[in-house]
Amino acid sequence: MGRMTYAEASILALREEMRRDPRVWALGEDIGRGGIGGQYKGLQDEFGAQRICDTPISESTIMGVGVGAALAGTRPVIELRITDFALCSTDEIVNQAAKVRYMLGGQARAPLVVRQPNGMCAGFAAQHSQSTEAWWIHTPGLVVVAPSTPRDNRALLKAAIRSDDPVIYLEHKEMWGVDGEVPDAEETIELGKARVAREGRDLTIVTWSKTASFAEEAARTLAGEGIEAEVVDLRTLYPWDRDCVIASVERTGRLLVAQESVEIGGFGAEIVADVTQHAFGALKAPPARIGAPRTPVPYSQPLEEIVRVDAPKIAAAARRVAAARRG
Amino acid sequence: MTPAANLPEEVEHGLARYRTMLTIRYFEETVCAAAVAGRIRGPVHPYIGEEAIATGVCAALRRDDYVASTHRGHGHAIGKGADPAAMMLELYGRVGGLCGGKGGSMHVADFSIGMLGANGVIGDGVTMSLGAIQGSRLLGRDVVAAAFIGDGGMNRGPVLEALNWAKTFRLPVLFVCEDNRYSASTHSRSVTAGPGFTARAAGFGLPAEMVDGNDVIEVERAARTMVEQLRAGAGPMFLHALTYRIGGHLAQDAAPYRPKEELARRSPLDPLTRIETWLAHHGIETHTLEAERAAVRESIATAERAAQAADFPPAASVFADIQDIGAPQWGA
Repeated sequence: MGRMTYAEASILALREEMRRDPRVWALGEDIGRGGIGGQYKGLQDEFGAQRICDTPISESTIMGVGVGAALAGTRPVIELRITDFALCSTDEIVNQAAKVRYMLGGQARAPLVVRQPNGMCAGFAAQHSQSTEAWWIHTPGLVVVAPSTPRDNRALLKAAIRSDDPVIYLEHKEMWGVDGEVPDAEETIELGKARVAREGRDLTIVTWSKTASFAEEAARTLAGEGIEAEVVDLRTLYPWDRDCVIASVERTGRLLVAQESVEIGGFGAEIVADVTQHAFGALKAPPARIGAPRTPVPYSQPLEEIVRVDAPKIAAAARRVAAARRG
Repeated sequence: MTPAANLPEEVEHGLARYRTMLTIRYFEETVCAAAVAGRIRGPVHPYIGEEAIATGVCAALRRDDYVASTHRGHGHAIGKGADPAAMMLELYGRVGGLCGGKGGSMHVADFSIGMLGANGVIGDGVTMSLGAIQGSRLLGRDVVAAAFIGDGGMNRGPVLEALNWAKTFRLPVLFVCEDNRYSASTHSRSVTAGPGFTARAAGFGLPAEMVDGNDVIEVERAARTMVEQLRAGAGPMFLHALTYRIGGHLAQDAAPYRPKEELARRSPLDPLTRIETWLAHHGIETHTLEAERAAVRESIATAERAAQAADFPPAASVFADIQDIGAPQWGA
């Protein structure tokens, strides 16, 4: 075990995969100099400009080239800088990458990874702070991954690169510098498997990405009040680990989904609906969600704090769920 | 029919191009009639009048070279060597179609011959072709690509990005602008700025040439010269092929927006008439051309009868080839 940052863990993952498989390469803006979060630092020195490929600011073509290169037999890692800019290549993601295999009758596949750092970034305002996971989860053909720790970022990025499906890989913008333990030995995590970040008997908090750390912080606070919250970090958002979530809810009888993204029409609604539909008998209280209000993300700090789902807000929501009764 | 062995090579090639163009023409006429009659569903964008471009350009390519097509893609598929019978099955949505009946007209593709697919989104084939080449380069394959785009598509942002990108990375891609004068139902000249597409391409540093896109001999000559240069490492090039869309935007589109005299003026320029004249001039007799036409017509008719008789895909194929992990639906 060694300590490294979330960004360093992803460098390690990409280095390991590029050494292992000559078909793996990366393309995107500024990655030769290390990328916006330092997540490509040093890789061009080892692998050269053809495999760590600096591109023009042409998101549509970055993504189109990635799809074409995947169809031709390589395994591109496509860097889109931030998820907000990935919107410039939504066509190539949704209309091409996601469905090329299906609409061409299985004669081709697009094994690619689309890295698009997601979420808020302390003062980056409305066009640089969005959380887009629900949009990708809604699109048939895509796998969606959102790592919440350095260890997971290394192991999940490796799994995403090895996946034959197109993977939307949502690192969190505010996590590049967060450090944590990462095993020395090579490690991958099976896509579609959640992690029980903390065990508890009183309620289940389902969460992902940076919000997982807020949920764990909330759970520590609640433990001091005698409420034991189980925190399930989904890691993969599609397909999400329904078995793990339902098993947890069957133990605790209570469900709260905590997400940074807009609550209305969000992914939490899907989880709540699914658990209600399939584990209704296990529920001792109405399931609940906490997410951002349906506002653009404001710039000014106190305003941004209002829409940010943080540990105190999750704890408050969890107290309501823990105290509620059915009917 | 004149025995091929007695013909000069040039004429033999001309006859082969004629057969390809006839195949495209009769395929299109057949599927348009089927679309109008409701036997084929969804949009069908006919390539009638533009056959010389796909035929001439694809003749200049190797089997393992790539072609990226447009929504008007049947001609590119046939030109690259796709089986018209498998295409017919695809358009009829049947088993044995190129894409198992899951793509239809706008997604005919055949990866075994480098045909990356027709495409429902204007311009996306162009950016994907650059990737196919960049990926191939990484794998040490010396292939080139022809990226087809219409005059309407020349106004899409990703196509302009692609011109810059291809030149920046010196990719062996031949951009082929099929200028059929119409952006769907709008005359392209009325919505296009600047001195023209060759100038636009030259602005990105691409050698660019204009060619009579209704003359298959000329198209092939220009394409061969450019493809040779691509293989020699000259970087991307641009071929502006002037043609005319004889049909409407869609099979069902009678193109009422088009002035009557415009079509009358264009008809003698039909690429099939042009190659027939060329063949006659090179000693091919009328009865030979008639025999060629009859043979191709019959093979397309046979393909259509076979498609109509074929089975629909099994229901289970709805759920096949979506993704490896994640079920498309969860039980109640």
